[in-house]
Amino acid sequence: MEHQVYIALAILLPLVGTIMIWMSGNRPNQREVVTIITAGLTFLCVLQLLPPVLAGEQPELIVAELMPGLSLAFKIEPLGMMFGLIASFLWIITSFYAIGYMRGHHEPNQTRFYMCFAIAISSALAIAFSGNMFTLFIAYEVLTLSTYPLVTHSQTDEARKAGRVYLGILMSTSIGLLMLGVIWTWAAAGTLDFTPGGILKGKIDDGLVIVLLFLYMYGIGKAALMPIHRWLPAAMVAPTPVSALLHAVAVVKAGVFTVLKVIIYIFGADFLTETGASVWLMCVAGATVLLASLVALTKDNLKARLAYSTISQLAYVVLAGALATSHSLVGGAMHIAMHAFGKITLFFCAGAIMVASHKTEISQMRGLGWKMPFTFAAFLIGALSVIGLPPLGGSWSKWYIALGAADADQLIFIAVLMISSLLNIAYLIPVFARGFFGPREEEEAQMAAGHGDHGGHGDADHGASAPVGSGKQIQEAPLFCLVPLWLTAIGCLALFVYADRLYNMLSPIVK
Amino acid sequence: MLSSHLPVLVIIIPLICAPLCILFRGKDQAFGIALLATWASFACACLITARVMTEGQISYELGGWPPPIGIEIRIDALNALILLIVSGIGSVVAPYSRNSLLLEYVEDRSSMFYSAFLLCLCGLMGVAVTGDAFNLFVFLEISSLSSYVLIALGFDRRALTASYQYLIMGTIGATFIVISIGLLYQATGTLNMADIAKRLPEHGYDRTVISAFAFMVIGAGLKIAIFPLHQWLPNAYTYAPSTVTAFLAATATKVSVYILLRFLFTVFGVHFSFEILPTAAPLLILAILAMFIPSIVACFQKNVKRVFAYSSVAQIGYMILGISFVSVTGLTAGILHLFNHALMKGALFLVLGCIFYRIGSCHIDRMAGIARRMPWTMAAFVGASLSLIGIPMTAGFISKWYLILAAYEKGWWYVTVLIVVSSLIAVIYVWRVIESAYFREPPDDLATVSEAPLSLLVPTWILVIGNVYFGIDTSLPVGLAELAAKSLMGVN
Repeated sequence: MEHQVYIALAILLPLVGTIMIWMSGNRPNQREVVTIITAGLTFLCVLQLLPPVLAGEQPELIVAELMPGLSLAFKIEPLGMMFGLIASFLWIITSFYAIGYMRGHHEPNQTRFYMCFAIAISSALAIAFSGNMFTLFIAYEVLTLSTYPLVTHSQTDEARKAGRVYLGILMSTSIGLLMLGVIWTWAAAGTLDFTPGGILKGKIDDGLVIVLLFLYMYGIGKAALMPIHRWLPAAMVAPTPVSALLHAVAVVKAGVFTVLKVIIYIFGADFLTETGASVWLMCVAGATVLLASLVALTKDNLKARLAYSTISQLAYVVLAGALATSHSLVGGAMHIAMHAFGKITLFFCAGAIMVASHKTEISQMRGLGWKMPFTFAAFLIGALSVIGLPPLGGSWSKWYIALGAADADQLIFIAVLMISSLLNIAYLIPVFARGFFGPREEEEAQMAAGHGDHGGHGDADHGASAPVGSGKQIQEAPLFCLVPLWLTAIGCLALFVYADRLYNMLSPIVK
Repeated sequence: MLSSHLPVLVIIIPLICAPLCILFRGKDQAFGIALLATWASFACACLITARVMTEGQISYELGGWPPPIGIEIRIDALNALILLIVSGIGSVVAPYSRNSLLLEYVEDRSSMFYSAFLLCLCGLMGVAVTGDAFNLFVFLEISSLSSYVLIALGFDRRALTASYQYLIMGTIGATFIVISIGLLYQATGTLNMADIAKRLPEHGYDRTVISAFAFMVIGAGLKIAIFPLHQWLPNAYTYAPSTVTAFLAATATKVSVYILLRFLFTVFGVHFSFEILPTAAPLLILAILAMFIPSIVACFQKNVKRVFAYSSVAQIGYMILGISFVSVTGLTAGILHLFNHALMKGALFLVLGCIFYRIGSCHIDRMAGIARRMPWTMAAFVGASLSLIGIPMTAGFISKWYLILAAYEKGWWYVTVLIVVSSLIAVIYVWRVIESAYFREPPDDLATVSEAPLSLLVPTWILVIGNVYFGIDTSLPVGLAELAAKSLMGVN
């Protein structure tokens, strides 16, 4: 009983928060306090659900029966628990960051921003806790719609165009493919409940499994499998807190989370490997991993580069799902957490750089590291975690996915993972390196003016005593930005040390 | 005692009140009478539905004459559902009309308006309750004639040509229907629909019956506006007064669909309509064409009222699609969409009425940035549009769900794909409007525009909330639709 209250509260609190944010629209300070209190309380509610889940229980809440046998139901299992914890915890941090960013950047329409943000989190939690595919589908659509105003936030032509791409791809795939898949599943299996071992075995012709899997995998557009990934780079016109929490964590992770849910609880891992229906998916996911990394290399805009990196990293999880061995599934699930912390740190840094220096292109960031050392150091931590190097969380998930590939005798995908790691290094480390090496822009200008100075050395002196530039000088980002990004960076470290707890929590999903 | 007369009261009340509106002249009195009459018949409809759900079919002998000679009123689940739709929409639209009309008419015409409105209501409900084929034609004509008047009352002078166009097409349709009924009478010697159904198999399916069938399908098709017989609809909906558009869009075509259902399945019978004659295939093809061509046309319209007029033609396609499956699930889907489409289109046209009330136009460019000035109105628009697209938790989703389920049952893959693709076209034409209203800078002359008055907003929001409510608690419409579908298909 008590658990059901917490489930309901976790989903409803952000909605109540939405209304309160709306009511305090004219008083920014009150509005932000409401956001943070709501975020905190929501996280506490989610946290209350952790002990029963660790003890092996699966708290359940049935809200309403929409059609006979088809209900709006929530049921918490380890995978959803993990996703819920990540989304609600990072919401708190992002809220602080958003205050620093939105005010530092003087964004308009901030009330609408915070409202939509809260609705998006509520629907992400509903996705995490959903007890059947039907509930998940509903929450999935709400998430799409609530994030659309965030993408078009700036209301420029560019933002509107991006919004069209965003909505167009996510809507058309979810209605055009996912809904078909869901209804087909319902017609074939007579249930949509997430059941360990799947519900489709024996209910559907083996040859058709491939078609159904296709409907699901491309229907879940949020997983950004190529070639339906275009919406994610388009969504980067949104303010950075949105890119950070939604388009690196909540929305995209909702996509791959759904992929794992469908593979584990609808198809059933064994059924999928028996029929061999997922081989094509491995290939597509593997190709996406590599291609997206290659595209990332070509992007000069930092957020665009991070977006393509996200696409590549999401494909890791899809690949893990497609391999469908017990190691790979747990590894894929862990990757949701690991990548969430790593990528949000990177986005926070990108936003901090934008607030502090108004620079968005990597080529402009020369020598910036000396002025913003804390930001760039955190960037390095995040980057290493995404690359998958110890002692950071990202290393564990890649390890398990690689193990899974070995279990499934698909050794080629181990190679894919290795090459991808190299590519990650190639597109992430230069951002950091450029911050500390090479002459600063002003000095380049000076050099051009004939004052010829040695870039590398000069930076060291100027870093300590900020140069008296012409007009406005670049400083470290505001504290509201800096503290959150360090918290998530530390999170990457903590996930390395405490990975065993995460592993133990997740291991029941494959039993 | 009164309760046994409910089936006739539901039509008598608006019929008697219609001339009263003229007698009392004053616009307030006329409004009051119309409001009470619609609400009273809605109450009757609710009571009737409750009785149908517990007791099953109701039969009422008009004037105490038993059926073959006297006129019978016969109400089963399908009739009850249609009654609910018509009277429900009527009672939401009636309070809305008062303020909406102020702008659109010369004052002294408003008593005429209410009189015509009540007659139209009476006619539509009469079609829905009667068990007599000729009666059905008479009621249909009452509703049609009064709707020509209602459309001609439009603000724009083009309403006159629109009404004339509808008059011509509608009359052809009605004539076809009466020819069909005449042929049936000749063949069977009775006008009671249940009786005709009983005697037809004995009579045999000769050329008379086949021509009757053809006349009926085409005649009803004209009134329904099945693609490509829809030419009258876009103009009529665009130029009619906002209230009228909302009312007619939500009810008139639905009642015509009922006529088609009743004749195809009950009077002619499933065996004759679909096994002896190949009716299902042409219906299927026309339905699919309707789902696409008008939807695509809607994407290019500048007048938002016209966008949704074309969208109505497309949505009718879904209902016909449901019918063409000739299965219980298919019919359930079709009938369910009848109900849900009334809710969503009613809400959408009421929203457009609110906008017209404030800015005097429904042009998409004039609506730029209007969400900032009329946030509640546009929020209602978004809600109803989501239902139109078929987003989960709205009524529209439930009908799509059943439609796709029905297609799966039949194993018609391509149809399921076509259904979803066509609903994606709906996303395009709806989103053009939303984008214009929310994400474009308002022109300067919009600065003085304020939110629509409560008398318009409340009815609009009732329908929007209905869209959400019936997307979550589906027991009433799905229950009735399923009962109706089973009785039409003759299975229990």
